[in-house]
Formats: sequence, C-alpha cells, structure tokens
Amino acid sequence: MQYLLLIYNSEAGMAAAPKEAAIQMSAAYGAYTEAMKKAGVFVGGERLRFTSTATSVRVAGGKTNVIDGPYADTKEQLGGYYMIDVPDMDAAISWAARCPGAGTGTMEVRPVWPMAEYMTEYTA
Amino acid sequence: MTAIGSDAARAAAEAAARQSYGKLVAYLAARSRDVAGAEDALADAFAAALEHWPRSGVPDRPEAWLLAVARRRSVDAVRRRLTREASRDHLKLIAEEMEARMVDEDLPDERLRLMFACAHPAIEPSIRAPLILQTVLGFDAATIASAFLVSPSAMSQRLVRAKARIHETGIPFRIPERAELGERLDTVLEAIYAAFAEGWSDPAGTETQRRNLATEGIWLGRLVASLMPDEPEALGLLALMLFAEARRPARRNTAGDYVPLAEQDLALWDGALIDEAESLLRRAATRGVIGRYQLEAAVQSAHAARRLTGRTDWVAIRELYDALLSIAGSPVVAINRAVAIAEAEGAVAGLAALYVLGDDKRLDDYQPYWAARAGLLARLGQVPMATEAYDRAIGLERDPAVRRFLQGRRAALRN
Repeated sequence: MQYLLLIYNSEAGMAAAPKEAAIQMSAAYGAYTEAMKKAGVFVGGERLRFTSTATSVRVAGGKTNVIDGPYADTKEQLGGYYMIDVPDMDAAISWAARCPGAGTGTMEVRPVWPMAEYMTEYTA
Repeated sequence: MTAIGSDAARAAAEAAARQSYGKLVAYLAARSRDVAGAEDALADAFAAALEHWPRSGVPDRPEAWLLAVARRRSVDAVRRRLTREASRDHLKLIAEEMEARMVDEDLPDERLRLMFACAHPAIEPSIRAPLILQTVLGFDAATIASAFLVSPSAMSQRLVRAKARIHETGIPFRIPERAELGERLDTVLEAIYAAFAEGWSDPAGTETQRRNLATEGIWLGRLVASLMPDEPEALGLLALMLFAEARRPARRNTAGDYVPLAEQDLALWDGALIDEAESLLRRAATRGVIGRYQLEAAVQSAHAARRLTGRTDWVAIRELYDALLSIAGSPVVAINRAVAIAEAEGAVAGLAALYVLGDDKRLDDYQPYWAARAGLLARLGQVPMATEAYDRAIGLERDPAVRRFLQGRRAALRN
C-alpha cells in the first residue's frame, strides 16, 4: 500500500537553528532517503520551500482568488513529504518514526486512496 | 510536599491501583473467560482510583474500595444501559467471593492464569504483550499503541479482537502442566520482555509512556518470578531486565548525547540493581536448566563485571552468544555474536561472521546490523564501505541522539 508521509516542522525553529545543526539534519535526511531506497519502499519525496513562498488559489462564483501565503496558518508548517510503498500501516508508522523530522516536529501518515478502491467504496 | 515527593506518591498510588485492578480483572476473567466484561465492570472504578488515590492515599483494602465504587457505578450504568447486565453479574460474583473470605485476606491471585491466557499460542504473537499490559495493568489502548508504534485505533481493534478470541475459542485460564509449561512460559516471558524492550528504547526516559513500559516490564517480571520462584527462565528474564535497567542512567551524558556501552561511566551504573540481578542469576543456575534468558542475563553479567575488574571478558561473551545462537538463533543474536567475535579475535573475524548473514532480507531495514557493520569496516579503514553502512544505519535510526552519535562516527572516518 502507498502512504504519504507529511513532514510538519517549525519554519521559525529551522531558520533560527545554527548552520551546523542544519547540515547535520540534511545529512540525516540524505541517509534516511537512501535507507528507504535500499529497503525498496521509496516512491517519491521532496523538500518544500518555506510557506512564505506559498500561494493559495481558489475559484468562487466564477472569480479566481489568488492569495499570498499557505492555505492554513499552523504552528508547524508542511515542509516536505515522502511517498512510500509498504505492506501496512505499521510499517508506514515505523518509517515515519525514523524520519529526522519526527524528532523535531510531527509526521502525518496518510494512506493513498487508489482510484479503483475509491470508485467501489465511495461512489457505489 | 515537594514536586518529587508528589510524583513518588502518585507513582505509588498508581502502582497500587494497577496491582488491585489486575487482581480483580484476573479473578473475574478466570471465572467467566470474559476479559472485556471484567474490564468493563471495573473500568470506572479504576479510573476513579487513578484520580483519587494519588491525593487521598491508597485505601487500607484497595480491592474492596475498587469493588465498592464499581458496584455503585454499575448500578447507575445498568439503569441507563441494559448491556451492563453482564458487569453486574461479574461484580456480584466477586463480591460474594470477597465476603466469603475473611476481611483481611487477599483474593486468590489469578494474574498468572490471566497472563497464560493472554500469551496463549492461539493468540497472535504481536498482540500478546499489549494484551497483558492492558488486562493485568490496565493501560489504555492509546498508551500501548504509542509504545509499540501502532495507530491507537488499530491497537484498540486488535485488543478487542484478541479478547473476543479468548472468549469465543475457549482459551483456558490455567497454568499449563509441567510437560507443556516450558514452551508456554516462553510466550509469557517473551511478551513481558517485549514490553520491557519497547520501554528500553527510550534510554533518556524523555517519553514517560516508554519509560513506564520498561518499569512495567520489570514489574511483571517480578510478579512472574514471585509466583513461579522455581522457574529458572523467569528468574533469568528478571535478572536480564535488571541488568539493563541498571545501566539506564549511563546511556546518555549530561548533554543528552548517546554514550556507547564501552564508554559509559561505571559510577553511573546502579550497583544495587546489578547485585539483585546477580543473585537472581545464581539462584536460576542452581536449577541446572539453561535457557535463553539466563544466557542473555549472563552476557549482561559479563559486561557488568567491568565495574569490578575494569575489563570485559569478550571470549566468555562470545561463548555465551555461541550457546544462544544454538538454542535461540535470531539475527539479533547473530549480530551481537559477530560484535563479540570482533572484540575477541579482531574486526576481520567479526566482519566475516556478519557477512554470513548478508542475504537475510530482514536486515535491509534493521539498524543494528548496519551500525555493527559500519563500526567494523571503520576499524579496518574501509572508508567508502563504512560510510555507506553508516548512512544506512543513520537513515534507519529513530532516536535523534543515536543518530547524532552515528553521524559523528561517520564524520570521523575522513580523519
């Protein structure tokens, strides 16, 4: 099954951290990504730029609204994601716990809803 | 009262509440085979005890207190919901039993039977330890789920299913006969050790839930050792856990960094716990039946001897792992044995013992294998391969302090 691991961390905390800590964190992420690839569970994943670069788009009543900033203002911000393919939720939780970001912020684990299952479960 | 004093009072009250709760659940479940019903009957009373006892102190007769509250609440509940009828029957049963006995006599202790039911071979192995923690100690599903890295809703469902299974398949609440005791006791001890090991994986004790789990594992170990004082493996497991617990304060320095065993400050080891473990191990040895836990405790004893001799007898440790491998082989044992071989005979021999395992798929995401391999390659000056192995170990580690330690070792490779 595929799971999306969403990494929420404090951008303010990251910006304030000493350079050394940032380098160590990056190296830890590199090792984590490699370990996922070697274990054959990695499907994809990227880091995201800070929410100050985010733009929210919404169309209401035929009118397009473009707003500076992220969709939701939260204490910890979405800073990156991994898509993994593992046998079950327990395996996904194990991988989430190993993510360097789990030690400083919060990981959200979301199962992917494949189109075929969605069609049978939801629209039937 | 100081903050520490009130924490201690709270811990004592909680321990007493869990002790009495477990006894009552075990007593009821052993008669009705209905674990969920027994828990249901006592749930409110147990919650009330956890709330009141830390403030008011533990009552003189804790079980009678719980029962009185349970009966009062259950009558209200029955008025509201007929489904609680079963609870009322449960409580009547236990009240009769308690009244039949003398006021100051304890209920028969059925917790061992309950543990044997929870760790029955017909119960899925991964749910046995959680089931014991819930039924014997009254931990809620969310607490157990965090400790075992499972989602609370999934843990809760599995616990419910396991209890239904005990009831529906008629799993007995009994202590097995001599002939089958060995194997069945193993499953109980394994479940207790699993609980301890989950708690042990938070060495700094920063997460209270995890730290408590190590304490509860020891508590269960003491319970089994006291109820089965002639079982060498029960004594061996308790010794093993105490040896490990004795080193907890030395596993982190004041900055919160990971300190490997070889570099730990021996003055921080808990001498009293080590002494207790040693005497348990000696008592177990007089029975003349060796087993996995006694051997693992003996390894710990050999490490603890450094406190007195200043050195580690790696040849002896290697021999203990040889014996362990032959009676309870697992990747974990094989990796530890390879490390002991490296210490006794050199890194090349150790690495050879590690490479034998190379094809095992389970090692792909098993951190200790990669950490051991990295350490040995580093000693041999195989920088690129050591770097790669450190990367795997770093990527698989979930404890930030250990991750920092491994990153430090990896960085030191270049020099």
